[in-house]
Amino acid sequence: MSEQVLAVEDLHVWFDLPKGERLHAVQGVDLDLEAGERFGLVGESGCGKTTTILALMGLLPSSAGVSGSIILDGEDILAGGERSMRPHRWKDIAMVFQGAMNAFNPVQTVGAQLVEPMEFHGVATGDAAKRAAGELLEMVGIAPERAERYPHEFSGGMRQRAAIAMALACSPKVLLADEPTTALDVMVQAQILDLLTRLSDELGLTLVFVTHDLPVIAELCSRAAVMYAGEIVEAGAMETLYHDPRHPYTRMLFGAIPDPEGEREVLSIPGAPPRLDREIVGCPFAPRCDVAFERCPVERPALLELGPRHYAACHHNDPVSTVAS
Amino acid sequence: MTETLLEVEDLIVRYPVHRGLMAALRRRARQEIHAVEGVSFSLGRGEMLALVGESGCGKTTTAQAVLRLVQAQGQIRLGGQDISTVGHRELRPLRRQVQIIYQDPYESLDPRFRVRDAVEEPLIIHNIGGSKEERRALVANTLERVGLTPPDLFLDRYPHELSGGQRQRVAIAAALVLEPQLLVADEPVSMLDVSVRAGVLSLLDELRASGLAILMITHDLSTAAHFADRIAVMYLGRIVEEGPAREIVQNPQHPYTKALMSVVPKADPLKRRRRVILQGETPNPINVPTGCRFHPRCPIAVDRCSVEDPQLHPTVEGKTQEHLAACLFT
Repeated sequence: MSEQVLAVEDLHVWFDLPKGERLHAVQGVDLDLEAGERFGLVGESGCGKTTTILALMGLLPSSAGVSGSIILDGEDILAGGERSMRPHRWKDIAMVFQGAMNAFNPVQTVGAQLVEPMEFHGVATGDAAKRAAGELLEMVGIAPERAERYPHEFSGGMRQRAAIAMALACSPKVLLADEPTTALDVMVQAQILDLLTRLSDELGLTLVFVTHDLPVIAELCSRAAVMYAGEIVEAGAMETLYHDPRHPYTRMLFGAIPDPEGEREVLSIPGAPPRLDREIVGCPFAPRCDVAFERCPVERPALLELGPRHYAACHHNDPVSTVAS
Repeated sequence: MTETLLEVEDLIVRYPVHRGLMAALRRRARQEIHAVEGVSFSLGRGEMLALVGESGCGKTTTAQAVLRLVQAQGQIRLGGQDISTVGHRELRPLRRQVQIIYQDPYESLDPRFRVRDAVEEPLIIHNIGGSKEERRALVANTLERVGLTPPDLFLDRYPHELSGGQRQRVAIAAALVLEPQLLVADEPVSMLDVSVRAGVLSLLDELRASGLAILMITHDLSTAAHFADRIAVMYLGRIVEEGPAREIVQNPQHPYTKALMSVVPKADPLKRRRRVILQGETPNPINVPTGCRFHPRCPIAVDRCSVEDPQLHPTVEGKTQEHLAACLFT
């Protein structure tokens, strides 16, 4: 087993709303990432996946409350607030944002925008930084001369590559990618997934890939966690999640995806996720679940270890409840 | 064979490119974007045809031309009547017969309109549905048809009080209330959460089964494979392959379709297969490549491909005569 790079323990994120209400966006997330692994975080809109990785970057708005611990190379970077987060942001842990391809400054060359973070973080300056910018572009498959060009002269796929290059400017160990291929065509998406695979293999980069698109994660990642209503409901190796899901949401989510051969029946999941501004009693998925029983609406299931690195939070996995039912 | 409702023949849509003042003064040649270059297809009542392709391939422009929202050359016949040349006044009653739903139900619905108003408005515009009471009954009825039951629960809600799937159902209701014969669905589920997509697509499928013709625009081959009767794959303004949906995805013939199928991510990690990743991106539709427009990116292109422009023809290895492809090697 290779070394652990990043561990998240009991992460909670909440937003205080007017009228004394509280939106509990992330409700106790645990993650454990090894060096060089590609890990997927999957869930539907509002499940807390983006909030989770923004917390890892320390980029949540100041109105957010955060608790738990984020351990990077043995150091809890959450404990000291911004002061302990800042030295690691971009240098050890970096992020490609959703829609990053459209976030370039239109009046600056792409090269200048790559040089900026390097100079800011003291990684390189002047000509050395310019050279490094060219090398970064080359690494993501763009000719280094293109550094002199402006973002509008790049296609969508190329801008997304440049955004990845920008996140890699300070040679981070962990790269968080939030839906980096969602706006792209399937062929360009394949190119970007190919690039991310190559980068994580060659640089030993740990990749956390956040998306609502399960097949993309199946293609790219070896392990994944499925999030629902602010918590991880199942985590494990990709093969295990597909062939032996132990949480009904995982099974139903796979069942809702059309397969390209058009063979299997596609089923939607009735209902909608619960509101996160009220306390959730019992299993958050119980109202939509096809196998819920008496215990589900009243008692919240714990995330149980079911096999090597396979976890699920469902009462059906608990021997006590199966006897009772 | 079902009765043909829509026939499109040799559709061409070109947009002029803005030259700028200096270019005009220097008398540089006017350029055109060749958005759609000779597209023909037909669609029967109770049939769903999916136009599939990457952004910029002309699929949305084709649909807009069918709706007469853009100027196009070629023939468009609806129920036998040529609608490609009729004037604006005569077009109005035809608009009732062809309706569209858009990709983003978060933007296509007016946030200040209650559900009842959004669905009733088309009736008022087309001056149909009789008295106010009759119109209301029609609205409630239509909401029921799209699965928003009981309608009373939804009539007075605003879009922000609805989920994405419910909003798209409202948009579908606003199109259906006019009893159209043809529904154009432009990426109807790509903005929706995975868990509710199947529900909206099944609704479209039910409507199709009840006799509505549906032209679905999508970039998602898997969705097309599941819900469409036929698939037409577009590349750079042309249909390059067309045929029964399952046949196209299980037995693709055109090298472009083959490459597309190979890169569609599979949910089963054990089914990962060798992907044919085409490098670069779709060429600029201003300077369309000579010969076969796919040849610069084609993995099997030969010299002839840069000269000869292949037309759609029945394929040698296709399992049916209706499986057409535009490639010299099929």
